[in-house]
Amino acid sequence: MTPSEKILAVSHLSVDYDSIHAVDDISFDVGKGEIVTLIGANGAGKSSILRAISGLIPYNGSISYAGKDLKNIEADQIVAAGIAHVPEGRGIFGNLTVMENLKLATWQRKDKEQIKKDFENVFSLFPRLKERRKQQGGMLSGGEQQMLAVGRALMTDAPMLLLDEPSMGLSPVLVRDIFKIIQDINQAGKTILLVEQNANMSLHIASRGYVLETGRIVLSGTGRELTGNPKVKEAYLGG
Amino acid sequence: MAYIFQQALNALQLGSIYALIALGYTMVYGILTMINFAHGDLFMVGAFFCFLIAFYLHLSFVPTLLLSMTGVAFLGVVIERLAYKPLRNAPRVSAIITALGVGLFLENFTLALAPYPKHIPTLLENTTWTLGTLSISSLQIIVIVLSLVLMLILDFIVQRTKAGMAMRAISWDKTIVPLMGVPVNKIISLTFALGTGLGGAAGMMYGLAYPVIDPYMGIMVGWKAFICAVVGGIGNIRGAMIGGFILGGVEIMVAAFFPSTYRDFVAFTLLLVLLIVRPYGILGKPQPQKV
Ligand SMILES: Nc1ncnc2c1ncn2[C@@H]1O[C@H](COP(=O)(O)OP(=O)(O)OP(=O)(O)O)[C@@H](O)[C@H]1O
Ligand SMILES: [Mg+2]
Repeated sequence: MTPSEKILAVSHLSVDYDSIHAVDDISFDVGKGEIVTLIGANGAGKSSILRAISGLIPYNGSISYAGKDLKNIEADQIVAAGIAHVPEGRGIFGNLTVMENLKLATWQRKDKEQIKKDFENVFSLFPRLKERRKQQGGMLSGGEQQMLAVGRALMTDAPMLLLDEPSMGLSPVLVRDIFKIIQDINQAGKTILLVEQNANMSLHIASRGYVLETGRIVLSGTGRELTGNPKVKEAYLGG
Repeated sequence: MAYIFQQALNALQLGSIYALIALGYTMVYGILTMINFAHGDLFMVGAFFCFLIAFYLHLSFVPTLLLSMTGVAFLGVVIERLAYKPLRNAPRVSAIITALGVGLFLENFTLALAPYPKHIPTLLENTTWTLGTLSISSLQIIVIVLSLVLMLILDFIVQRTKAGMAMRAISWDKTIVPLMGVPVNKIISLTFALGTGLGGAAGMMYGLAYPVIDPYMGIMVGWKAFICAVVGGIGNIRGAMIGGFILGGVEIMVAAFFPSTYRDFVAFTLLLVLLIVRPYGILGKPQPQKV
């Protein structure tokens, strides 16, 4: 389906929490430069998949990025390997300034000159963050926090971004903005795995999508195919 | 007038030692929400290392200080790795009981090593200057200045460096920090090293000011410094410093006006009153709102 090379390959992934099977034998992949979306209702296992990829939780099965097996790699080294994760709820450090939040994300980098340029880049993408760079992260509005969360992911310089419900809790105007920005970032070269409940918008910008139900993939296809699928229409696109 | 100045100086000396120890409690709490009840005993180990180094190696003041601090810092890191890390996701009470156990171990291990009390050899020529009724000792000045310097260095590390940023981020939400590419375990080790290293420095200074050491010397001082950390707002670094100086001041003032047996009673009562007025401590805030 995609001519580009597979960069992220997830195969037979299972995640268990104590007694709960959150993710059950899932396989999928993401091609370099693609936007791929995982959609599904609350509790379908979307965040668990992202947390497994980032090395935050143990799992069965295998995950590889750019040909490298991620299984026994610590979470901080997965960032170094090239994957940045914007967590559900944004995970802004409320006691750090905007600038410090961004700086912390450059932990694994040594390229001082490029870091400077990336600050410029993030501030031109999100002028609000520049205005508020000296403020504590906790003082930002929900939309600003989401921008900061994406800004941090960009500051890691990772070529691949995992975005966990970036539209959550945002007003319709901001939702449109954030999806536009995701497209722009993708155009600029980032590969994106996008987890969303807003199936409408995410299928619209994604090249491919997977539909999750209680830990299993029940449907997959191009964004267009899934948007046209009657089951998807009924369950995720409001009829 | 001279009397008040004299007491203020004494208060600063005692307060800076409390403040240094309180920092260790507050830093570990800030990063792991755990009270390291072995910290008072690490203070004792600091004094003990100082004794060993001065007695057997005959080193001078600065190398003795650096070696004692490094030794205690290293011990702190090892204790965290071996005893606390496996319990990081266990109920807090397990970690607290383990910390108490580690403290008892340190006390009894030290006890088993040699007969006590021990006297720390003189490391510094202590000159005393007299100005009218006022007497200032060089040791007093060194304890105060050195403590202030150490606190300034710590404040700089926490507020201005990337590692300090990572420590503050961990205290906000440990689960997110690895996503920034930050190795959380290394930062936790660094925090233990800094916190216990300062406790070790305090032990050495205490040992110089009151040169008799025994394995239980850290218990009472440890409790008091813990209370300083709570009064300042546990988890808050500047708060711990303030708490230390408050207790130092209160103790010296009480001893100046009441029989010396009243000292701890009055001091603790005042601190309890302060906590009733400000339950989260002077600089503490109610649990930060996590987003
Ligand atoms: N830390 C945890 N401990 C126990 N169970 C968990 C934990 N995290 C998630 N679960 C369970 O695993 C399942 C999948 O959760 P997950 O967060 O991955 O779903 P999700 O698709 O991201 O949902 P949402 O859209 O609500 O964010 C759910 O049943 C959830 O209750
Ligand atoms: Mg989720």
